Amino acid sequence: MSAATETFELQEIRGPSAFGGGARRTLDLLWLTSVTDFRVRYSNTGLGYAWSVLKPFLFFGIIYVVVNQVLQFSGSVPNYAAMLVLNLVIFQYFQEATGAALRSIPSKEPLVRKMQFPRIVIPLAVSLTAVISLLFNLLGIFLLFIVAGIGPSWTWLLLPLVVVVLVTFSTGLVLMLSVLNVRSQDVGQAWTLIVRALFYATPILYPIDLDAIPETVQKIMIANPLAPLMEQARIWVVDSSAPTTVEIAGWFFGFVVPMLVVIATCVIGFQLFEREAPRVAEAL
Amino acid sequence: MGVLLSNPPGIGGEYHLPVPPPVAIDVSGLSKTFQIPGPRAPFTLRERLLNPTGRTPGRSLEVLKDISFDVKRGEHFGIVGRNGSGKSTLLKVLASVYRADRGRIRIAGRLAPFLELGVGFNAELPAADNVILNGVMMGLSPRVAKQRVDEIIDFAGLNDYTDLLIKNYSSGMKVRLAFAVMTHVDADVLLMDEVLAVGDAEFQEKCAEVFERMREEERTMVLVTHAMDTVAQHCERAMLIDDGRIDTMGDPDDVAERYYEVNLKAALAGGGEGLPEIAGRMVDAVTDPAVAINAVTLRGHHEEKPAIPPGESIEFEVKVRVLHDIADAGFHFQIANGNGQMVFASPKAVLGDEGAVRAGEVLAINAEVENRLPPGRYVVTLGVSRGPSDPAGPTRSVRFEVIGERRGGMFDLEHRVSVESGSESLVG
Repeated sequence: MSAATETFELQEIRGPSAFGGGARRTLDLLWLTSVTDFRVRYSNTGLGYAWSVLKPFLFFGIIYVVVNQVLQFSGSVPNYAAMLVLNLVIFQYFQEATGAALRSIPSKEPLVRKMQFPRIVIPLAVSLTAVISLLFNLLGIFLLFIVAGIGPSWTWLLLPLVVVVLVTFSTGLVLMLSVLNVRSQDVGQAWTLIVRALFYATPILYPIDLDAIPETVQKIMIANPLAPLMEQARIWVVDSSAPTTVEIAGWFFGFVVPMLVVIATCVIGFQLFEREAPRVAEAL
Repeated sequence: MGVLLSNPPGIGGEYHLPVPPPVAIDVSGLSKTFQIPGPRAPFTLRERLLNPTGRTPGRSLEVLKDISFDVKRGEHFGIVGRNGSGKSTLLKVLASVYRADRGRIRIAGRLAPFLELGVGFNAELPAADNVILNGVMMGLSPRVAKQRVDEIIDFAGLNDYTDLLIKNYSSGMKVRLAFAVMTHVDADVLLMDEVLAVGDAEFQEKCAEVFERMREEERTMVLVTHAMDTVAQHCERAMLIDDGRIDTMGDPDDVAERYYEVNLKAALAGGGEGLPEIAGRMVDAVTDPAVAINAVTLRGHHEEKPAIPPGESIEFEVKVRVLHDIADAGFHFQIANGNGQMVFASPKAVLGDEGAVRAGEVLAINAEVENRLPPGRYVVTLGVSRGPSDPAGPTRSVRFEVIGERRGGMFDLEHRVSVESGSESLVG
């Protein structure tokens, strides 16, 4: 066994931190824990990973068929059912990631209290696991769209841009929520309520360019980054004739404001986590 | 830190003065205070309005107070203390679980904390995946962890159970697997908290072997426990933490003595009258010993580390000075092996016919024991009893080592084993 090969120099230990142990170790652990979480989910099933595509295909397929055929809801919105399904997939990722973030640190208590562990791995793994299921969900509904005769179009390939911004925004929130909920569990209670409100305040069930929404309200709604992201996804995947949020609310409200919200959320999330991480073990 | 002396040119070569072993852990002025939140206010509306945050002011608890010590490379260092003394907190600060309020910690080489065996095991996964997961958490790279999976499972003796999920493992199997990972992560500094308390005798034996190997590989180990005998067996140096401060540091035997004292004082302070008589006598034995030991000599072995070759009998002499008049003092000794198992206890020996000894008298107690012990580390302890029913008060123990070829078991019995080519007499 190869002990005692490196040089032994005393190095100061600065205590627990968000990135304790270096970038390499943080990435190794992030990948390993996320993949493990995802694997365990289907480990006892006969179909295994097939479920991860089959489930969204069938689930969103049911919604699609009901909305499209039974309710005959489409009206003035082209491909309404497809838009709805796409929005639901995006929002489900958002809900799953932030919801899991709340419980993330208490559920990994042994890692925090019994080990030298780069603590940021815990919320990031939550986010990454949710991204993996987002990708499978997208695969499932793309399959559904093709079966339903929508697309495929080359603009589908632009969707990763939406995903990257979405993940940046959600990860900022995941970082904040994971440490804030350790401080006070009221945060978790409040967040559940906020997510429910957001489900209706975000243009998921209806398109943002609905005539019934007053212009000022539209601008406020677009400040929520989920709105422009969903609109852009709609344009690229479902209905290329739909207006962009820039066309609806102008450059400033339609692009600059939501992007600033994304960047601010991410920066604040990281800073808050870095500040709180050393104290997390004591607060649990 | 060593001073380099150069010989005059021409003679050649450089000489180093004896260099003290390098320091692996250096802790200075460490302090840690916990903030304990106050109880939540009652949920009446009035209380809520008066105190909207729902918390009453908490109190702070100073757990570690100005702790300074160092551990040399390759040293096995024990930290003992009663429950709540701060020993585990100290270990967690060293392991980067808690952040110190004040003070400095420096560590040389890679550190792996084992505050609990099998942290991060996922019950839904088979052994191999958990070995990788746990190994990476303990600091291996994923590549190296994958390479060692077979070796680790083999070491744990779980080759027949690789297809089982961890949730179907018995607790003993889990501990073996976790311990196997621990011994294969190549850490230079190991921190262990009561890890040894979990296993059976076989596990303890395996631990002892592994510790011995770690000693040879110059790995540093810090062992936190409240079992003093564990420290006496495995550590060269120990430290007693009491109420967040270093109470005693040094030879495990001295620390043990002080630890008994602290424990008994605490028991007395808490229990008072109801304290069993035996504990009272133990207090006497420690705080007011019957004899003072002047010298312990293993005959013919005056080196620092007494080593006895195989087959040579164990002879030692203890010189004591009697401190109290005792009507019938009995002296006996016990030998325990590295796993803490008593291998031999002698009957009591007395002075003259009745065993009366007088204060100030100097006695020499001689013993000769046939050496039937396999190579390993042993502890011999002298006990002194005051009267026939008196339990032997604890006194200083001395360690020695039996050297030679390692064989299994607790004793080295005389034996003849041979193999001959088979005759056909078995049939008829």
